[in-house]
Amino acid sequence: MDYTALSDSDREQMLNVIGVRSIDELFADIPEQIRLNAKLNLPEGLSDIEVENHLRILASKNVVLKSFLGAGIYRHYIPAVVDEIARRGEFFTAYTPYQPEVSQGTLTAIFEYQTMIARLTGLDIANASMYDGATATAESLLLALRGKECGNVVISETLHPHYREVVRTYMRAAGVEVRTCSMQEGKTDYARMASLIDSNTAAVAIQSPNFFGLIEDVSTCADIAHKENAKLVQVIAEPLSLGILKRPDALGADIACGEAQSFGNYVGFGGPLLGFIATKEEFVRKMPGRLVGKSVDEEGKEAYVLTLQTREQHIRRERATSNICSNEGLCALRAVIYLSLLGNNIRRLARLNHQLAAYLKHKLIKKGFVAPFAAPFFNEFVVCMHGIEKVCERLSGEGYELGFLLEPYYPSMRDCVLVCATEMNSPAEIDALIAALEGVM
Amino acid sequence: MATIFDIPSSDSSAFPVPQYDIADIDALPDELLSSDDVLHDVAEIEVVRHYTSLSRTNYSVDTQMYPLGSCTMKYNPKLNERIAGCDGFAGIHPLAMQARAQGALALLWELSRSLAEITGMKEFSLAPAAGAHGELTGVMIIKKYFEEKRENRRVILIPDSAHGTNPASVAMCGFEVREIPSRSDGDVDIRALASMLDAHVAAMMLTNPNTLGLFDRNILEMAKLLHSKGALFYADGANLNAVMGKAKMRDMGFDLMHINLHKTFSTPHGGGGPGSGPVGVSDELAKYLPVPVVVKDSDGYRLDYNRPSSIGRMHSFYGNFLICVRAYAYLMRLGASGIRSTAETAVLNANYLRARLKDMYNCPVDRLCMHEFVLNDKGLPNGITTNDIAKRILDYGFHAPTVYFPLHVPGAIMIEPTETESKQTLDAFAETLISIRKECDENPELVHNAPHSTPVKKVDAVRAARKPALVWKK
Repeated sequence: MDYTALSDSDREQMLNVIGVRSIDELFADIPEQIRLNAKLNLPEGLSDIEVENHLRILASKNVVLKSFLGAGIYRHYIPAVVDEIARRGEFFTAYTPYQPEVSQGTLTAIFEYQTMIARLTGLDIANASMYDGATATAESLLLALRGKECGNVVISETLHPHYREVVRTYMRAAGVEVRTCSMQEGKTDYARMASLIDSNTAAVAIQSPNFFGLIEDVSTCADIAHKENAKLVQVIAEPLSLGILKRPDALGADIACGEAQSFGNYVGFGGPLLGFIATKEEFVRKMPGRLVGKSVDEEGKEAYVLTLQTREQHIRRERATSNICSNEGLCALRAVIYLSLLGNNIRRLARLNHQLAAYLKHKLIKKGFVAPFAAPFFNEFVVCMHGIEKVCERLSGEGYELGFLLEPYYPSMRDCVLVCATEMNSPAEIDALIAALEGVM
Repeated sequence: MATIFDIPSSDSSAFPVPQYDIADIDALPDELLSSDDVLHDVAEIEVVRHYTSLSRTNYSVDTQMYPLGSCTMKYNPKLNERIAGCDGFAGIHPLAMQARAQGALALLWELSRSLAEITGMKEFSLAPAAGAHGELTGVMIIKKYFEEKRENRRVILIPDSAHGTNPASVAMCGFEVREIPSRSDGDVDIRALASMLDAHVAAMMLTNPNTLGLFDRNILEMAKLLHSKGALFYADGANLNAVMGKAKMRDMGFDLMHINLHKTFSTPHGGGGPGSGPVGVSDELAKYLPVPVVVKDSDGYRLDYNRPSSIGRMHSFYGNFLICVRAYAYLMRLGASGIRSTAETAVLNANYLRARLKDMYNCPVDRLCMHEFVLNDKGLPNGITTNDIAKRILDYGFHAPTVYFPLHVPGAIMIEPTETESKQTLDAFAETLISIRKECDENPELVHNAPHSTPVKKVDAVRAARKPALVWKK
């Protein structure tokens, strides 16, 4: 059942105007031997009622538990305003704002988004979004490589394992060597990092808070990188941390990038997400992706427009700074509405996240879990217990998802689990988790 | 336009944070903390009014016809939004145990099987987050394929009519781009192709139907030529809407392709994204698809990482899942017959508009078209340009077509009405262009100075680029 709007008599009149007798004549350019005569081997169309029923049943096969799972995707409260506004058809059924005179809504909101990301990172500019944290990291490294003869980048083992994989995929295609720096006590081994960087290193990527939730010594790392003229890329997978922690710019980062799903976007089985890149003004012409700039219209009224498009693929083709075209505009819109509502309460919310995580960690340790790392963390931490896999499995039977088992990605971290708490996990829920834990241990 | 920062700040927060009675354990040391407030506090009602009023300055599919060529701005069914908002889809964490995410995995698997049936490809990856991301994935697959064959091929052929993302994706993988000219009838110059085809050529990328809205009549010969030299044939599936259910890309001789779910399969464009760019491949190329791939076995659905020849991971998780949910709902509603009738109506609508307009404006290629067609500003009086026409269309309450693309047609005006527009709307759009054509003769200044009735007048793009102001400042 298609979504067309023509009647049979419309079709007939239209064919007449075109001057053909049948629809088939319009497809005459398709060589006969490949024209499909049989129907596709797919079910026939369903009514809305049937589609909705079928998909609700499918949705119910995904069991959403009380969750303490983070690891790059964070369950935060989404104010109703975000959904209501972002679902306005004027926003979500618009295209890329190539005609600024009829796209000021999208353009203004993206300009505000760029401003907020720039302010939160302390850097000068931010783009109008990338696909996700992993590709934003890969593109940030490509940005640092642009116009240089450098042949390698250095990334830390404490960078999200999926981000590292995507970086390797992109760099393999680009012919760039990726050096991975090992870790020590859950943080990057800075001495090792210094030994991996050489004059051929374009950039160093370090995540903070890192994959284990620990706050890295970004400025130490920046000093090491800058000594060899390499750029420091700070990756941030949980940007709520910027509500409380020192900003990348203050830590010496040249580029801050990562994942902004936390700002008003659903966990949604990992997509759509919201990659961001912020950097210094001097790199603006190397920036991938769209940028919205302020200008004026003919009458001198403030107006916004896509700008510096000569960086982009539709103008520069094979010499563009990236191939990106479609981005995550609607997710960026959600983020800017979210941040407009949150305002400077972001500090309180970030602090609350940390407090709840600390509270949970404390309770788990009391229950016999061991915390392998002592460094300060934001809203995620690692704890270990013998037979953790069984414990997690039993807990899920009680309706709780304790966290992310680390061994598959870090073979030395047997029996370790990465646990996260956000404002969605009230102290009462944490207490209930601990009570459930007693039953399964 | 006023920004959120222009609204006076308020003391009341629009987002109260719960106050729990818990002790401050493990407080973060001061030296790690920032001390400045950088965001802006306004009341909830101000936020709602600001973004509502911003939205009202946008043109959108929900408010008017949006005939952007090559973008397939069809109606985005509301049902799909409701379904994508279900807690079982929107609330499921990507790292949840796979046994508890069987609904999500089943949906991804079913969608990729449906796309395989529609295109004739063997296997699909839904990981790419956009069309260009899909192209990049495809070019990486091409690279890996020849690496494993130990063949050093460094050239990819791209017609002059291609989207800019094609050469840009190729360049990101270290290939060299060679451009193939089009003939005046809109098809690829197959003689030029034959002469450019040597042992260095890894692949050719082609959008078919192409960006003139024409089905390349030499498609099978092209495929044969490429394959005879061991090269691969890549389909940019941007224009799949014209041929789905009518012909399969694999049957045309393509070895791999991407699809834009946000074009053909009706997921909303969101003011620039998110999209989704699934990549489909032939049997021979399936082993190179990015990890993970969703597979089905006797225990149900699972993510398969054990693909030693894979190009690697392309996305933080599994792609734009909630976009896939919308596309799948759309496909279920359409069904086999609806897919075919969608393509047929898209082609009918485009040909109807073309028939009504081809004598009013220059039509560089005089052929029946598929889902879109291209006019241009050649011969317009009084120095009227394509840009003037586009801006004047806005005054009549329609979005403008794609302009100045494809690049090999000077002053191109590329019109794609899609299948969801009624005859009444198509007629109103045709009358608009006819009326503007008259204005070009009778009142050229009116057209030159357009738009007149939009929320802002012509925006000074040169000024924005000369002195970029990319963040708000007092």
